[in-house]
Amino acid sequence: MKEIYFLRCRECGKKYPNQPQSYCEECFAPLEVSYDYEALRQTTSREAVSRRAFNMWRYSEFLPLPQGFTPSQPIGGTPLVKSRNLGSRLGVKNLYFKNDAVCFPSLSFKDRVVATALAAARRFGFETIGCSSTGNLANAVAAQGAQQGFDTCVFIPADLEPAKILNTAVYGARIVRINGNYDHVNRLCTQIADKFRWGLVNVNLRPYYAEGSKTHGYEIAEQLGWELPDNVVVPMAGGSLIGKIAKAFAELAHLGWVEPKQVKFFGAQATGCSPIADAVKRELPRFTPQKPNTIARSLAIGNPADGPFAVRLIRESGGWAEDISDPEIIDSIKLLAETEGIFAETAGGVTAGVAAKLIQQGRIGADETTVVCITGNGLKTTDAIAADFPLTEVIEPKLDAFEALLQEQLKDTVNADAR
Amino acid sequence: MAITIEIPTAFRRFTEGSPKVDSGATTVAEALNDLTAKFPALSRHVRDEQGQIRQFLNVYLNEEDIRFLNGESSPLKDGDRVLLVPSIAGG
Repeated sequence: MKEIYFLRCRECGKKYPNQPQSYCEECFAPLEVSYDYEALRQTTSREAVSRRAFNMWRYSEFLPLPQGFTPSQPIGGTPLVKSRNLGSRLGVKNLYFKNDAVCFPSLSFKDRVVATALAAARRFGFETIGCSSTGNLANAVAAQGAQQGFDTCVFIPADLEPAKILNTAVYGARIVRINGNYDHVNRLCTQIADKFRWGLVNVNLRPYYAEGSKTHGYEIAEQLGWELPDNVVVPMAGGSLIGKIAKAFAELAHLGWVEPKQVKFFGAQATGCSPIADAVKRELPRFTPQKPNTIARSLAIGNPADGPFAVRLIRESGGWAEDISDPEIIDSIKLLAETEGIFAETAGGVTAGVAAKLIQQGRIGADETTVVCITGNGLKTTDAIAADFPLTEVIEPKLDAFEALLQEQLKDTVNADAR
Repeated sequence: MAITIEIPTAFRRFTEGSPKVDSGATTVAEALNDLTAKFPALSRHVRDEQGQIRQFLNVYLNEEDIRFLNGESSPLKDGDRVLLVPSIAGG
């Protein structure tokens, strides 16, 4: 059977055969995987997909996978959780959290992109794989690289959160720590991909890698009963995910699997690194790169590769972009945990906090269906909030000690109420 | 005064395979103009129809993106390296 996908330049439209290359040789814009949708329509159906196990591979026909590809583990298939508390507190009825904080195997949505990238790496014959990473991607590459027997080498900014470094090292990956921020790491990786025959998942394999993100979008639509939401709030680092969710929705609508709808796309960034939100808010023709300074390290990309596309999508969809400060991020992590029982990493705090801000601004309506994308797990960024939770008092293992403690706490509560 | 312009693989088909081009330019703009004067086929890949550096072409002076410096008017000194990096990926 003929392959139904190929590479195409996102700016000038030039087509390329499948190969490990991320940019157009004419205009240097990113290449993206395109499909023959008429052929796709013949090979799959909503009913066939619905009968498969609930993980990202149920949408295999929509992904750039080599012929005969067999998945090695169930990735994705994460919960879409309807808000029980936060929505009513904010005054909206239909608020959902797409929770990739529990994505298998490495607890972030990056598991999805690495899954499609490694399928491409195998196809193109790479033995060494790697990435430039703010942490989550390195975790995902290391985990899947280990399982699939690749030689794995990841490049990270030297000052990354210790938990994210540990969560990469444990899989046996080589870690190269770079004296610089993510954008420096990224530039180096672009040069490495130019010189070495390595499969860097988010550099020369980026078109294939990025397609994995679409499964986050397919799942949202399917979990809403094959309907599209009115609004999606998406964290933005390189600006790729937001576009891939849009692409997923557009594909489903094109195939007639969902009713077409003008979904508004809202982008979330930390104020300390907000080139995309800044461009949207100030209506700039081009974003201005920034030097990141935020606790939301996984979003700390000052020169976002897909920034121009994210800005365009947000504008054309009728959405908006916002950013929140580091203290607001911490408050939002706690709020999401306390109200919904979801412990998100700093990026999740950004997304939840920005969603709340957009609701307060009236940009997201009370009766609309809104999905907030949580992309990483709070256990990876505990250092960001550790200071807010000092250890509590220790008591003896005796009932009277416990009762005394309860009395003490009750007194504190009464005093607090009285104040 | 001599600076070096480093050419990514994607550009080398226009520079007769050369990975580096020497120039006597004193600003980044001059360096780019020097490069495209030597290799005219490169012009439309470096600048768009409005004459701006293409949105997806990143230009660095030594280790710094020129957008954090004075853009194209950033001055060059002896031994500087101007680096062209196509479409930064990542993220």
